[in-house]
Amino acid sequence: MSEPVSALMGRVAAGAVTVRDEGLAGMITLRGDLATAKLRTACKHATGLALPAPGKITGNAAKGLAWMSPDELLVLVPHAGAGAVADQMAQTLAGTHHLAANVSDARALISVAGPHAREVLAKVSPVDMHPGSFAAGDFRRSRIGQVAGAFWIDADEVIRVICFRSQADYVFTLLAKSAEDGAVGFLG
Amino acid sequence: MLTLTCPYCGVAADETELQAGGEAHLKRFGPGASDDEFEGYLFVRENPKGVHFERWRHAYGCGKWFLAARCTVTLEVFGTYPAQSKEPPAHIRKAITAKRPGWTWREFA
Repeated sequence: MSEPVSALMGRVAAGAVTVRDEGLAGMITLRGDLATAKLRTACKHATGLALPAPGKITGNAAKGLAWMSPDELLVLVPHAGAGAVADQMAQTLAGTHHLAANVSDARALISVAGPHAREVLAKVSPVDMHPGSFAAGDFRRSRIGQVAGAFWIDADEVIRVICFRSQADYVFTLLAKSAEDGAVGFLG
Repeated sequence: MLTLTCPYCGVAADETELQAGGEAHLKRFGPGASDDEFEGYLFVRENPKGVHFERWRHAYGCGKWFLAARCTVTLEVFGTYPAQSKEPPAHIRKAITAKRPGWTWREFA
């Protein structure tokens, strides 16, 4: 069988702010009634984490749960086991109205790290990136340049961006250019 | 620039994150309706200078449809509420009345 590869093949744009392809990441789209115990159990089995509050993420890129909409979560798991995890979730949720789909190979994960990482994002998306408005644990689906994307920021100020695989080159190039153009100095 | 707060995810979404969906609270007429009713449903729209009710979709965010009450002259937003509302909720009407006493829009006031 062919080896899975990430869309960006490990590309790195180094500089004051480094934009880096985070490689293969397992992602499962989980839709259903987030208030049900069955769904909470399925998430707990998959990641060991509690459900995130609206607009939040719990965990990290390797094991995480991100709030996508009132009836949708993004489950972050290691790439190799994503298919099995999705199958197990579907089993746990059998009998209830739900969707657990392994979308790992339809997505790309990019990290933006450096002193003005917030400004790199602020230049290309309408999200208020001020630390007072967007802090560690916040998760936001929005627009990145001309395409859809989602991102969150860790306690160490590293921003992780999720986008569609087919748009990975555009998003990476856009972020790299935004980083290369330097700080604006507004968000420090 | 228009900023609407999505009632589902609570995000203050920029206009560029949203998709406009036309007028809100349309009464649908289908088979069995008169020609006039059907014409009204398909083609006749409000075009107010002032208070207006619209459908919007948080297209780049949670993907949900919601309704917004705003002023077409000042772009002031009076409030947003879930798309399942059959009429503007009381708190939205109150907020509009506070700013635009005597407003009317279709059968609402």
